[in-house]
Formats: sequence, structure tokens, C-alpha cells
Amino acid sequence: MPDETPSEETTPEETTEEQVEAEQAVAETDEAAAADLAREDADTTAAEPTEEQVAPEPLSETEQQILDRLEQELGDAVIESASIFGTLVVRVQPDAWRRAAEVSRNALECDYLSFVAGIDWQPAPREGGEGGESSAPVQPTEMTFGAAGSAGRFQVFAYVQSTSRNWGVTLKTDVDEAAPLVQSWVPVYPGADWHERECWEMFGVAFGGHPSLRHIYLPSEFEGHPLRKDFPLLAREVKPWPGLVDVEPMPGDDTPAEGEGAGTEAEGGEEA
Amino acid sequence: MIAIDVGWGTILALKTLVVLGLIPLGALILGYVFLLKMMSHMQSRLGPMDPGGFHGWYQLIGDGLKFLQKEDIMPAQADRRVFALAPAVVVVSTFLVFLVIPTGPDLIVKDLEVGVFYALAVSSLSVIGVLMAGWASANKFALLGALRAAAQLIAYELPLLLAVVGVVVQANTMSLQGIVGAQQNGAIFGWELIGNPFILTQFVGFALFLVAAQAELTQTPFDMPVAESELVSGYMVEYTGFRFLFFFIGEFGTAFAFAALAATLFLGGWAIPGVDDVGLANVLGPLVLFAKLMAVAFLMFWVRFTYPRLREDQLQAVAWKYLIPIGLANILVTGIFKVAF
Amino acid sequence: MTTTNRPPMEVDPRIYRHLADAQVNVELDTGDMILNLGPQHPATHGTLRLVVRLDGERVVAADPVIGYMHRGYEKLTEVRSYPQITTLINRIDWLSSFANEVPFIHGAEQLMGVEAPPRAQYIRTILTELSRIATFLLFLGEMGLQVGALTPAFYGFRDREHVLNLIEAATGGRFHPNFNRIGGLKDDLPWGWVAETRNTMKVVLDGCNDFDDLVARNEIFEARTKGIGIIPGDVGAGYGVSGSNLRASGVDWDLRRDGKPYLAYPELDFKVWTHPDGDSFARYWVRLQETREAARMVVQMLDQLPSGPIMAKVPRIIKVPAGETWVETENPLGQMGYYVVSKGAIGPFRVKIRSASFSNVSILPWLLRGVYVPDVITILASLYFILGDIDR
Repeated sequence: MPDETPSEETTPEETTEEQVEAEQAVAETDEAAAADLAREDADTTAAEPTEEQVAPEPLSETEQQILDRLEQELGDAVIESASIFGTLVVRVQPDAWRRAAEVSRNALECDYLSFVAGIDWQPAPREGGEGGESSAPVQPTEMTFGAAGSAGRFQVFAYVQSTSRNWGVTLKTDVDEAAPLVQSWVPVYPGADWHERECWEMFGVAFGGHPSLRHIYLPSEFEGHPLRKDFPLLAREVKPWPGLVDVEPMPGDDTPAEGEGAGTEAEGGEEA
Repeated sequence: MIAIDVGWGTILALKTLVVLGLIPLGALILGYVFLLKMMSHMQSRLGPMDPGGFHGWYQLIGDGLKFLQKEDIMPAQADRRVFALAPAVVVVSTFLVFLVIPTGPDLIVKDLEVGVFYALAVSSLSVIGVLMAGWASANKFALLGALRAAAQLIAYELPLLLAVVGVVVQANTMSLQGIVGAQQNGAIFGWELIGNPFILTQFVGFALFLVAAQAELTQTPFDMPVAESELVSGYMVEYTGFRFLFFFIGEFGTAFAFAALAATLFLGGWAIPGVDDVGLANVLGPLVLFAKLMAVAFLMFWVRFTYPRLREDQLQAVAWKYLIPIGLANILVTGIFKVAF
Repeated sequence: MTTTNRPPMEVDPRIYRHLADAQVNVELDTGDMILNLGPQHPATHGTLRLVVRLDGERVVAADPVIGYMHRGYEKLTEVRSYPQITTLINRIDWLSSFANEVPFIHGAEQLMGVEAPPRAQYIRTILTELSRIATFLLFLGEMGLQVGALTPAFYGFRDREHVLNLIEAATGGRFHPNFNRIGGLKDDLPWGWVAETRNTMKVVLDGCNDFDDLVARNEIFEARTKGIGIIPGDVGAGYGVSGSNLRASGVDWDLRRDGKPYLAYPELDFKVWTHPDGDSFARYWVRLQETREAARMVVQMLDQLPSGPIMAKVPRIIKVPAGETWVETENPLGQMGYYVVSKGAIGPFRVKIRSASFSNVSILPWLLRGVYVPDVITILASLYFILGDIDR
């Protein structure tokens, strides 16, 4: 069914369905407010028992400091920003991608590169479950975006940190689906070399200025970009996801437990 | 003693056969006692316990037999004749060393006047075998190992020699029987009970000999040529089955021979203090020599399992910058003492 | 003893691309040799292939080829539910498998707004530190092995057995416990586990003293590792080298103390060890001290262990609300992190797994220029990567 309602069974009154994504964070961190996420067609979500109206998660002081510095250096290249559980996410224009890295490295003293990766926001194709209560891990069929939004299907995101100042920032940028080319970070962070190779291999996003963009995990003759959502996972083609089932019946039972009975220990439903 | 009148040819053949049988036996005994058992105990494990019942003593025979029944694999691009000859060269050089080691007053294949010189000279023939193996294997790791081995084995010949020169100076002879005799009949400041084992005066030489022998046998800390974690057996990497057994016997047989040499040169060889009867010495001599050489081998293998390995350039530095000057100084001091006293 | 002098040469970036026909700048063209270390090789722990171009015994250029163990975890996580993913991610860094689950579970709990009870947090921390001890004991042993000393490897394994027995007693699995659940843990600790752990920590500390005497103070070991493979702090950070490797270069940064608070670390009192040199010996030394520190931390935690439930109230079928989060932890191998993007289903939409060894190994082309072949082995051993962590 198209409408998966992620509900907390402890709160039966989730009848109010907003067309916005709301995120609740009663987390171990200091922030106790809801985060705001950009959206187009939003998924249906449950409201917290308190039924709070969605409010943008306020940036902490360090996050605000970082954001101010970035905006000061990059100007309009900063499109949007958000805070996810204490981490600042900033989306920048594609042509300012390398400049953003330089600003992070020099002005923000973020000397440590954690990773550079890609994300494909296109909804995954329908998985095996043919309706019913199979609770297959299907994702919503509308394309929605995450923190700090996105301009299209592909994005490249990276996380850099400072070893001396104990802060970090997630930078995101959009990738044009027709001509996926992003500036390479290798002149700024030499470690980006391998990360960008992996990103190209998995998503097909090319990096301009990279010394040698070649396969890193897969053989040289491999065709396709595996982490794209339209690249089929062979295991699931061969056999659809069986759902949350215990393949082996419990001792004393004749039939294997289905769906709800398996609960959270669904190792039995694991398939190769 | 029963006097059997046989020609010298028969005696020579008999002695050769005994030596030929002794080499693999000695190698396997060393391999079992030290490599399997002592190493295991030092590493907090037991080693083979099942074959043979008592601490797995049959393993040493089993290991030897196991190699004989393996398939003979030769790399496609290997130089066939050189590949096949290399292990033979190594074993032959070991065999030649055994010819001059005295195990009793009469139990020696041939007591050469230049025994010591001959022993060291033929032991260095194995370098040729190693180089042949490394080159003929058509394998870059083997080649690297062989090149390292060539440099190392040649470099450590000198400290070996210099260590022995001190003994020769003190004994006045190069013949190994003569050296044993000098130790047996010598006296420590007039006290004749245990003779004069040269280790007491030539302790520097003994240490030098052990270190150089360790390097000659390519054992840790000098096992760059066969660095297991880098070259995976170095020059021996392409050898399997019977050919590898030859290398194994060559390596441990040479260890046996060097330990015997060290025991002969420094510890008195077959000489037993207080036993002058030749007949008795002929019977007990081999056992005494065996005991002494096992003690020396114990030291060698103990060091082998304890230390990491030196890098090639550090290895060469140790030989050229430290061991050779010490050896020369040792000879100098020995000479001075010899003349003075 | 001599130390490795890096010859002053500019490495042309084209060397990365075509190792076979790179322009090598030597006056005497003795013909370089290309040597393949791996994928089967005792020194590259696992299936790492290191293609080096040698000039005699000196490395001119090196190119690691990875991916022999690539299992496609990031794709696999997209078709599994959260508890099923815990089984998967155990196997990323298989030596400290408990520590791999922690950041992911933490991320899922953040998104759900669930917090594990204090006892569960403490037990998780204890098990993480135990897996850190287990991993490091193996390292202390095998680094000696790579350098040539055969014996410390066995001591490392022997002491590790004690710790693995503890983990097995608590979780049921020596290597892949799969013990974390969203909201807490699967089970509480068995009877007598606390006392047994105290005894084992004493054994571990004695073992560390053994390593200190046998290996760290061995002259030959020092000659083989001092001055070899020096990673300057800023270069390391630029490459993403993390964990003990970076702390051995003098960078005082430990996510248990400096990152966002997670598990029970904010309540613990521990020291972060650094070493100024940045060479292989420093990496060994730092890990030795961290093993001791971890043993002390475990004892501290056992003293402070709170009582209470070990599982928070979570629904039977976990549906994690939409959102994204980034969680990073100080794993034994370095900084491990998960960027979890959820769209409200019972499985995540995208999980980016940031594994430590991937970045640690990416510095090899820079680090291996101009070193000798034996030093390559020493450097590989001292960086301490796990193939599952590199290849995911």
C-alpha cells in the first residue's frame, strides 16, 4: 500500500496526518525540539503524543557560529541549512563546492576529512512484497529529500571536522542528473581521492580535477553504478524479500511465525 | 675391540653412509626438538602431541616421510635444470662440512690438516645453491630473497672466520682433532680436571661465532632472505615436496653442523674430562658431542624465537661495522696473550 | 642503526593512474620491478593487493588495490530492516564486532527518540572496551609477527582468548555477538560475570606488561619501527587517518572525549594517550597504552555499574521516523560513523558507512614512497586495518 504509516504503537492517536515531515527528537543531546526538513510531497508521519507543531530545530551556538562563518565566506552559495541532532548540515551551490572545502579547511580549521559520499533520492522500486501485511521494507514512493533539501535526484555530501576545535559540518551539494559533474576536493583534502573514486563508482558522479577517477571496489570492466536506486540488487531479483518472518518454526509450533509474531528479532528472516 | 680387516675403501664407504644417514636424522631431530617442541613451549602451546604417544616424537619421522609423498611441482617458466640442482648444491655443501667433524678419537671421516679452514670454505658453497634457487624459480619474491641471501651470507662469512682464528691461534693447529686434543690436554692455570675448553678464553669468539652462525643459517634475527611475513619463504617459495625437504635438511643439517663445530671449537667436542681410554672415548664421544651441540643449538633457536628480524641494511651494518672490528680485536688480544704467556 | 631517508623526489600524480608506464626519474635506468604484494600475502591482513614499483629494494610508487572483500553493505542495508542490519554490520570490522553495532543503533535510537537505560549504556560501553582490548591484543601480537618475532603473536592470542570468553559469556558469540537492540540490549549479564571480568582485566594488564618488555623495549624492534612511516598530524588528518594512528602523530583527539557524548563515556575518567613522533613505534606504543587504559576503564565501569532495566520500551516492529542523523564513535580502528537517512519505513533509505580503515589505507600511496620493502610490511602492520572495514 502506498501509505506506510510509521507509527509508534504506544501512541494510538496518530490520526492527524500532516502533509509535512516532522521529526521528533527527544534525544540524548541537548536539543529537545523538532527538526525541520525540506519537502516536496511529504510522507505521512505520526505526531508525537504531545502533537507539537513542526518547528525548525534551533541551531546550537557552535552551529550558528559555523553557519555564520560559512555564509560570510561563501555568500549566496549557501542555499539552505539545518541541524540534525547536533550536526550542522549546509547545502551549497555546485560551483562553490571546492570553495566550501577551502573555507572549511582554512577559516573553520576543519582539518579532518571524514568522508565524501553520494545519495540518490529517487524512491526505490517496489520490493517483493505483493501487498497484504508483509511489511516489506518498502520506502515511500514519492521523492522526498532530507535535511537542507535538494535540487534533484543526486547529491554529494561530505563531513569535515576539526580535531582542535571539536566541531564539524556536513556539506551537501546538488548534482545535475543529466551531466553529473562535481568539483573534486582532492586539492584541498588529499583523502578525498578514494572517497570520490567510490562515489563515482557507485553513483556515476564524476569529479572534475580528480587525478585518476577509476574503479576502487569493483573490477575495471564493471558496468553500471550499483548504489543508484535503479540498479537492481540481484539477490532481491532472484528471491523477493520474505518480510519479517521466522523461517524456522519455534520449537513446538507447526507453522513458522509470521509478521508481527517475529517482533524485533528477525534474524530468521535474513536471506543471503 | 674386534679387529676387522677391511680395506680403506670399505671404511670410507661406511663412513660416508653413516654421514649421509646422519644428516637427515640430525636435521629432523633438531627440527623436532627445537622447532616443534621448544618453540611451542615458549609460545605457550604444546606442539604435536599425538604421533607416537610420548609428546609426539614420531612427528619428526612423519614430517620427513610426508615430504616424500608430495607432488613434484615446477613452475612453468622455471629453469628446469638449475631449479632441480639448487637443493642438491645446498645439501652437498652440508655433507661436506660433516666430513671433518670429529665425534671420537677415531670417529672422523677424514682428519684434514686444514680442517677448520676447509669446513668454513665448503659451508659457504650453499650461497651458490641459494642463488640458483632464487633465480631459477622465475618468481620475484624468490629473486628478492636470493639477492638478500647472497649479500647476507657473504657478509657474515668474515665474522665467522675471524671468530675461529682466535681458536686456531690458541690451539696452534687448524685440524679439528688437534683442536679437540688441545682442549682435552690443556690446563686452566695448572688445573687439569676439565682440560681447557676454549670458551673460557675465547668467549668473545664464541659469541661472535654464534651470531655469525645464526646469520649463515638465515635464522632470525637474520632471516631477511626467508622473511616469512614478507617473502613467504624467499628463495624457497617455489619448492615443494621432496625438493623442499632437501632445503629443509640443508638448513637444519647445517644448523646441526654449525652447532657441532661450535661445540668442537669452543666446548671441547667429544672430549670427556677424565676419560682417556680411547675405546671408551670412541663409544661415549658421539653422545657427549651430541649433548654439547644440543646445548649450543638450544641457544641458537632460543634467539630465533625471541627476536624480530633486522632489516637488510641494518643486518649489513651489524656485520661490517660491529662484528668484524670485534673479531679483529679478538684476534689481536689472543695473539698478545699467546705470545705473552 | 640507519633510519629510512625519503629521497627528495616529486611524485607525479600521473603515477597513480598508470603505474606500469609512469615516468620515473632516475639517472641510472636499472629497470624498475613491479611487485605484487597480495592479494594473498601474510603481511596484508586479508585480501589487500599492494602493487609496488621497486627500484632495488626501495619503493618508488605504491598503489593499493582494494575491493576483494567488497560485499556491498550500503546497498544491502537498503533492503533490510534495522534489526537485520545489526547482523550485517557486525561483520564490517570483525575483530571488534560489538563496537560496529553501537553507532548504528545509536543513530536509530536518536531518530526514534528512544534512549537506552543507563545500565544498558554501561554494559554497551563495557563490551565496547572489551572488544577494543581484544582487537589491540591481537595487534600487539601480530605487529611483532610482521616484524619477525614469532612468539608475541601467540601471547596476544592467548590473552585475547580470555577476553573473548567474557564476550561469549555475556552475549553468546565470540566474534559476532549481535547483542545490541534498538533501545538497549538483548539480555542482561550472567551471574559472576563482573567478578570474572575483574580477574581478566588483571590478566590483560599483566599481558600488556609482557608486551612492553618483550616487544616494545626490544632493541631490534625499535630499530625496525622507529622513524619508519612517519605521518605528520596535518597530513594524516587531511587523509582522514583516525584513531590511534592520528593520536600517535601527536593530535590529541578522541571521540570518546571530544565528540558528541555517547554511551557511558561522559561519566568516565580516562586518559587519552598521544605520542609526538608519528612513526610505527609510536602507533604501537599508543595502542599498548590504550589497551591498559581500556582495562582500567572496564574496572571503573564495573565499579559504577548501575542497576535497572536493560531495554527501553520500544514497539515490536521498529519503524524509525523520517529524518537523518550522523553518529560517529571511537572504534578500535579509528573513527567509525553512520549517516542514516530514514524515510519512516522499517528499513533505512540510505546508510553511508564511514569506516576507519578505508581512510587509514588511503594514505599508503603517499606514505610508502621511498621506503624499503621490509618497511612496507612494518608500516602496513602498524596502520592496523581490517579488510572488512576497508571494503565493507
